[in-house]
Amino acid sequence: MVVGCHPGAGLFPQLGAAVMAEMPLIQVRELYKRFGRQAVFQGLSLDIMRGEILAVVGRSGTGKSVLLKHLIGLIRPDKGQILVEGQDIHQGGSRHLAQVRERFGMLFQGGALFDSLSVEDNVAFPLQEKTRMSDAEIQAAVAEILKDVGLEGVEGKLPDQLSGGMRKRVALARALVLHPEIVLFDEPTTGLDPILVRSIHRLIADTQAHLHYTAVIVSHEIPQIFDIATRVAMLHQGVILEVDTAARFQCSSNPAVQQFIAGRPEGPLTST
Amino acid sequence: MARRRPPLWVERDASIHVVFFLLSQLGAAVLSLLANLGRIGLFLGQSVGCLFVPPLKIRRVMRQIQFIGARSLLVIALTGLFAGMVLGLQGYYTLTRFGSEAYLGPAVAISLITELGPVLSALMVTGRAGSAIAAEIGIMRITEQIDALEVMALNPVRYLVVPNIVAGIIALPLLGALFAVIGIYGGYLVGVQLLGVSSGTYFGNMTDFVSMTDIRNGFYKSLVFGLSITFLCCFKGYHTGYGAEGVSHATTEAVVWSSVAILVLDYFLNSVLL
Repeated sequence: MVVGCHPGAGLFPQLGAAVMAEMPLIQVRELYKRFGRQAVFQGLSLDIMRGEILAVVGRSGTGKSVLLKHLIGLIRPDKGQILVEGQDIHQGGSRHLAQVRERFGMLFQGGALFDSLSVEDNVAFPLQEKTRMSDAEIQAAVAEILKDVGLEGVEGKLPDQLSGGMRKRVALARALVLHPEIVLFDEPTTGLDPILVRSIHRLIADTQAHLHYTAVIVSHEIPQIFDIATRVAMLHQGVILEVDTAARFQCSSNPAVQQFIAGRPEGPLTST
Repeated sequence: MARRRPPLWVERDASIHVVFFLLSQLGAAVLSLLANLGRIGLFLGQSVGCLFVPPLKIRRVMRQIQFIGARSLLVIALTGLFAGMVLGLQGYYTLTRFGSEAYLGPAVAISLITELGPVLSALMVTGRAGSAIAAEIGIMRITEQIDALEVMALNPVRYLVVPNIVAGIIALPLLGALFAVIGIYGGYLVGVQLLGVSSGTYFGNMTDFVSMTDIRNGFYKSLVFGLSITFLCCFKGYHTGYGAEGVSHATTEAVVWSSVAILVLDYFLNSVLL
């Protein structure tokens, strides 16, 4: 029996049609990575299409965050390639990598906000460093993006003075302030209550619809993530076990996928 | 019943295993040392390279000068004063044995300017600011703030390491000079005010015997210490391990490495400069 199969039940079903039939924006080719004796990736391949929201799911410790760090070049693969628009991000040296990174934004699991800077300075930081905008323009841009993420009146606070949900929103604002083409989300809703989870998901979907960026979201929020994901990829034992549209993924006949969606302790995922 | 002796080949085999084990341990230690030295060399090259890439983060440099320099003033003044007082006391009783107490001023001044000023001020800065620098960068590493800089296509070394090194190079010579001046005053308090050496003798002989070379040597030492302390503390923080334990370990190592480096470099600098 297929458990949790609710195709088309998402909050944002219109996003399912957004995947374009063209060359993938990001291609992960035969990725191998080991940390000491632990093999994290064993020939992982994955295509990420322009304009889609790809959710990467899988059990804890399967290397989902490591995959995101490979996509942005923070970790080098032992073997294999990461291609952005057909170009290997590691070919062409650090300058080329820096140029590639300028197309990315990333929301880290813990926010990674600069703890000595205020909320306003954190969000303004990429604008100050990467643009020639005046102070007044930066202030206006920061105010606008903070309004977009539903955070007004906290500009002067330090990250430590904010709640977990507010910190995630500030981190999201910082990740989006330069209008990147690709945004990587590393567990954007971990540790938040169900209402905040929905609210952050809605925020991601709204900003994606508004700014048209390509999003890769690592998440454990099953089944909520299916509401906003265009496609879902499941990582298991160093490879992509299954990748499909959110609706079809939920109806997958793969027993491992079904065990994961249902959260059953017994099954192929736990017997290996 | 007598125990039978194992055959010779068994004994030889066991001893070969022990030798292989010891050799592999030695090899692993050497490889680890070489890897560490390589990492330090690469990081130093990267840091020095970034020193000359404009624009310098002036605001951050000023903040670090305030942190390393201005906030160390009290501890430098206190240690300088007491180091000078001890030198005055010890110097007076030692020189009295040779009937040379008139040379107390130059003895205190030369010791402080060429040796104690640069070395003790560097050790104080290591304990007060170096540990904090290592901890701050270490925490930034484990909370992914350094990754966040990289993701923004910014070079973390330029933001975190270069301002500290520039601030160290500027602040240490000033702190070393301050240490020496206050120490000379401490020697004056003990030698002149307490033990009765005349003020004219104390300062007069000092101007006769202390040369510009002594002052220059002290300055060079402080420059080298400023660079090495800040570099080592940034290096240890940047390459910190995981979690709070990793940061604590990196902070301790930063202080130990910097303190040892100060004393080792002091010997080699003396060999070259004297």
